[in-house]
Amino acid sequence: MVVSTKMALEGAHASAQAMRQINPDVVAAYPITPQTAIVQTFSQYVADGEVDTEFIAVESEHAAMSACIGAAAAGGRVMTATAANGLALMWEELYIAASLRLPIVMSVVNRALSAPLNIHCDHSDSMGARDAGWIQLYSETGQEAYDNTIQAVRIAEHPDLLLPVMVMQDGFITGHAVELVEVADDASVKEFIGTYTPKYSLLDIDHPVTFGAWDLWDYYFEHKRQQTDAMSKAMKVIVDVGKEFGQVFGRTYGIFDAYAMDDAELAIIVLSSTAGTARTVIRELRKKGLKIGLLKLRVFRPFPAQELVAALKDVKAVAVLDRSISFGAMEGAGPLFLEVCAALFAAGATQKVVNYIYGLGGRDVLPEYIERVASDLQEIADTGKVKSLVNYLGLRE
Amino acid sequence: MAKLTEIRWHGRAGQGIVTASELLAEAALKDDKYFQAFPEYGPERMGAPIKAYTRISDEPIELHCHILNPEVVVVVNPNLLGVVDVTEGLAEDGVLIVNTSETPQQIRARLGLKNNKKVFTVDATRIALETIKRDIPATLMLGAIIRATGLVSLDKTLHLVQEKLGAKLRAEVVENNLKALRRAYEEVKEG
Repeated sequence: MVVSTKMALEGAHASAQAMRQINPDVVAAYPITPQTAIVQTFSQYVADGEVDTEFIAVESEHAAMSACIGAAAAGGRVMTATAANGLALMWEELYIAASLRLPIVMSVVNRALSAPLNIHCDHSDSMGARDAGWIQLYSETGQEAYDNTIQAVRIAEHPDLLLPVMVMQDGFITGHAVELVEVADDASVKEFIGTYTPKYSLLDIDHPVTFGAWDLWDYYFEHKRQQTDAMSKAMKVIVDVGKEFGQVFGRTYGIFDAYAMDDAELAIIVLSSTAGTARTVIRELRKKGLKIGLLKLRVFRPFPAQELVAALKDVKAVAVLDRSISFGAMEGAGPLFLEVCAALFAAGATQKVVNYIYGLGGRDVLPEYIERVASDLQEIADTGKVKSLVNYLGLRE
Repeated sequence: MAKLTEIRWHGRAGQGIVTASELLAEAALKDDKYFQAFPEYGPERMGAPIKAYTRISDEPIELHCHILNPEVVVVVNPNLLGVVDVTEGLAEDGVLIVNTSETPQQIRARLGLKNNKKVFTVDATRIALETIKRDIPATLMLGAIIRATGLVSLDKTLHLVQEKLGAKLRAEVVENNLKALRRAYEEVKEG
């Protein structure tokens, strides 16, 4: 029986709580800027003896992920946390972690990339890592960051996958905001994640293995095919774990969270904390009779193309909100928009789709911006015309 | 009070207003309400004017944007009056609570506030110096806020402070903090 405690926690502290309960074998992290309170809080747990974790304070984020890779290859349950430029510095190692099929779990507190220097929220950091081979889960609140972190362990370590997982939350908006978080008892979390028995371990000297060997035109391609096959199996595992989590802890998770979508003619797709603001606005617009709904995407990698197409099948116009830019992409669109377009086109769908770039560098997202999106969507549905494919919310021009 | 109340805190970096904004949120938790507390982080240095925010509601709060039209504004450092427009966006019938030795009438006149806005003052700095012997008035402003708005329960807030400080500080220091909060509650003036 799960016994939960309602706590007032910052999002970063909610993630640190989950890490404490997971009690990983190794956490390697770079403990200064652009790090977040997650590592600071977790290192306190280590110092206080609340976890058995070997904490390795390294000299850079590149070294942090390198140490995580070594520890995971040795068979440990391994976690870390980063943000912004720290994630960017991990870039090379992210690919290695995924390609070696090491089930590392990492908290990413989404923040803008330099330059100019900015410490606030946008999704440029994790979107830059979208092709690295990591599963990506996005969290709206501190509660979701906590829940996703616990589920991430099960997803990553699933024998069909053995893939690393990133759990995102919005920098400052979630990471530094105190909200209500229900923290389960340690024993229930421990039972849910179970123990980890690595399939291969560098420390298993009776069964010696090589990780990351020389692999040229002869087998590299086959290994990449296996890697993408594993990713294609991830969606089922994510859904199964989300259901089981719901049975145990009372909060079920899926691929996305649909709000007011049943009879919706207009839809907004968005990630993370802005979904809350959008839902608040949509609730009011619904009272005025506007048939609008919200799809809050939780899983960006693997991208749920078929599931999104099905969820959008009766919708006339779709607005995709992106908190990052894919520079040089079609009209400077955002990555989420491009994926949604690709999914709809491949399925032969004919909905009108429009993109809004918002919130870069922590620019606030006000309810009136969402109202503007809704009003644009109505016009697009009425006229069948998209005047401007890529638009900006809250930008001075 | 409406279902959702939005509070903006003004202070100077290093004065504990972020902690105070979070403490109010925790007090709301003790009252089985929903809450958010978040600071406005900029390139602040010790002493720079900063803002923090608290939302309290009877229902889950899903908004994740800044607060532009608060119902309540709390000014922890009186020398911010005239430096920062503390009443910017304050609701028509909003509440302004200032840590100052001046009267509510003086503050009202100084800021040119109309009668539909409520003004409360409390000399929290003096109370802090007399009780906890340190110039850290931010958290005891909670006493004034509770008296002015009734947003959370005084008893539960006192209990919360006792619980939080009791884990770290000597009994005498804890008692002085509770006394300070109670005095801020009792000595706040409306006008």
